[in-house]
Amino acid sequence: MNATSAAIVCRGLKKHYDDVKAVDGLDLEVRAGECFGLLGPNGAGKTTTIEILEGLTRPDEGEVVILGRRWGSHERELRERIGISLQESRLTEKLTVYETLSLFRSFYTRGRSPEKLMQDLSLEEKRDARVGKLSGGQRQRLAVACALAGDPELLFLDEPTTGLDPQSRLQLWERVAAYKAAGRTVLLTTHYMEEAERLCDRVAVVDHGRIIALGSPADLIAGLHAPHIIEFATDPAVDDGLLARIPGIGDRRQRDGRWLLAAGSLAEAVPALLDELDRGGAKLVSLSTHRATLEDVFLSLTGRELRDE
Amino acid sequence: MSERQQPLAALTKTRLLEFVREPEALFWVFAFPIIMALVLGFAFRDRPPDPVPVGIVAGPSTDEIARALARPGTIKPATYPSLADGFEALRTGKIALLVEESGGLLYHFDRTRPDARIARLEVDDAIQRARGRSDPTPAREELVHEKGSRYIDFLLPGILGLNLMGTGIWGIGFSIVNARLKKTLKLMVATPMRKSHYLLAQMFSRFVFLILEVAVILLFGILAFQVPVRGSLTLLVLTTFLGALSFGGMGLLVASRAKTLEAANGLMNLVMVPMWLLSGVFFSSERFPKAAQPLIQSLPLTALNNALRAVMLEGRTFTAVAGFLAVVVVWGVVSFAVALKIFRWQ
Repeated sequence: MNATSAAIVCRGLKKHYDDVKAVDGLDLEVRAGECFGLLGPNGAGKTTTIEILEGLTRPDEGEVVILGRRWGSHERELRERIGISLQESRLTEKLTVYETLSLFRSFYTRGRSPEKLMQDLSLEEKRDARVGKLSGGQRQRLAVACALAGDPELLFLDEPTTGLDPQSRLQLWERVAAYKAAGRTVLLTTHYMEEAERLCDRVAVVDHGRIIALGSPADLIAGLHAPHIIEFATDPAVDDGLLARIPGIGDRRQRDGRWLLAAGSLAEAVPALLDELDRGGAKLVSLSTHRATLEDVFLSLTGRELRDE
Repeated sequence: MSERQQPLAALTKTRLLEFVREPEALFWVFAFPIIMALVLGFAFRDRPPDPVPVGIVAGPSTDEIARALARPGTIKPATYPSLADGFEALRTGKIALLVEESGGLLYHFDRTRPDARIARLEVDDAIQRARGRSDPTPAREELVHEKGSRYIDFLLPGILGLNLMGTGIWGIGFSIVNARLKKTLKLMVATPMRKSHYLLAQMFSRFVFLILEVAVILLFGILAFQVPVRGSLTLLVLTTFLGALSFGGMGLLVASRAKTLEAANGLMNLVMVPMWLLSGVFFSSERFPKAAQPLIQSLPLTALNNALRAVMLEGRTFTAVAGFLAVVVVWGVVSFAVALKIFRWQ
């Protein structure tokens, strides 16, 4: 892959705040036309990374090429060609939806009309409503609509669905998928593995300012060698020594008083588990299984949970 | 394409909409100066001076003296049974002067109280005349009630200047710090918006309010108190325009780095409070000691107030106020230039 077919290329990105290494030597290539996710827990350096790529933060070291251009020399051109939705930015509450969109539209030499944007993001009914009166989901859709005002080739979304209810989240995912379907590129950050699995062609798992895994969600999960998770609780609790004797079990960890075991094959592991529990004299309180997710990938890579604490 | 607005116009319109949809802001810009002028105007309205209270220590000719003092109507005599009672009243400020018969007449008063010195002259004059003094030269009085020399005439240009400073610094300062705090500023910087358009829109929207603000205050002064505008209206408009420009620049400067509303508020008070006190809004800045005058006269609000009064009350021309206007402009230009240089966009 060469730089011209890549929407984003960055090499050796570093950014320190005081003693904190927010970004610590990060390399990335996002292909034109793909939806790429930066996945990681809060504080992993996702926002710093995306803001460096957006040209809003200057890196201490490293180079960034966006759409074949650099921020230093082509800032105006790049601003016309990309769209940005920031984490936690608040639009002026006193303006209506329509006024906000026409303001943002006015900044771009070409772009989509406010009417079209409202239509695309199902905001027509809220046309004359003040931003201050919108629900969280509507506000977030408006923020994305503002990011799309210049009809960008490349869209940056920083935590687009954080704090939204499931229905609003689903609505926004549909819009992002539709945008991508038109051949555009998306870079988003998220700490929701479900979001990354639903939307992203490829994800980079970020931790402590570095990429620790890169690939499609399916490949990353397949890479676990144990695509199933068995979750159970017993009375009395059993110890690790007992579980270590079960064949075909990978990672073992405890969460909220329950055990989570990664297994290659449920058909082998579940009967073996039940036998061991029987032998150990423990009574099963609950048992469930699910397919491994990106969260399990993160867990197996770092030993830590990828959750909103 | 045809629906696209000019970005500077769109930004200016946004500021105006934000402002008119903020009832508190409307109050501070329009209602507050009028209420202030109204209250102060009535407090210092034209009326005969209050009679000065004077005490008389009871003695052989108390009644005769009291009659003599009651005649002119500028003195309010009261009798005290003993010298001690009289002193008590004098010490607590109930009377400005105490008259005692001791051989001739003995006046007790505090020389640093202006009304006491006046009372001393008027009391003596009234008693001496009642006892038959004749003046060698006849004298008459003609009282002057000229519009333009009352307190309200002095006050109104000051309030105009004060308002230009307040709305310039608060209006622009808070709007920018707020946008920075809520990251709307950062969001706009992430678009192709030109930064100069953002700052210019702040200034332009100020000028729209300026016209309304100045018109409201001036009309109020003219209609309610017949405050005169003796100089050219064009020059007055130019003066207020330069004032707004200058304080707009200072508003930008105050807001250029502040990351919190508290920090901005502190800076604004630091800039404005000294000028509230020193710049001759409520009383002439000449009253401060001579040593402080070079500093006070170089403050932008002092210069603006001087220019406004010179144009409105004295009918001065451009050349006469050019010096004041230059001070105003220099402050504005320097603030604007520094603000642009150090502005924190994120």
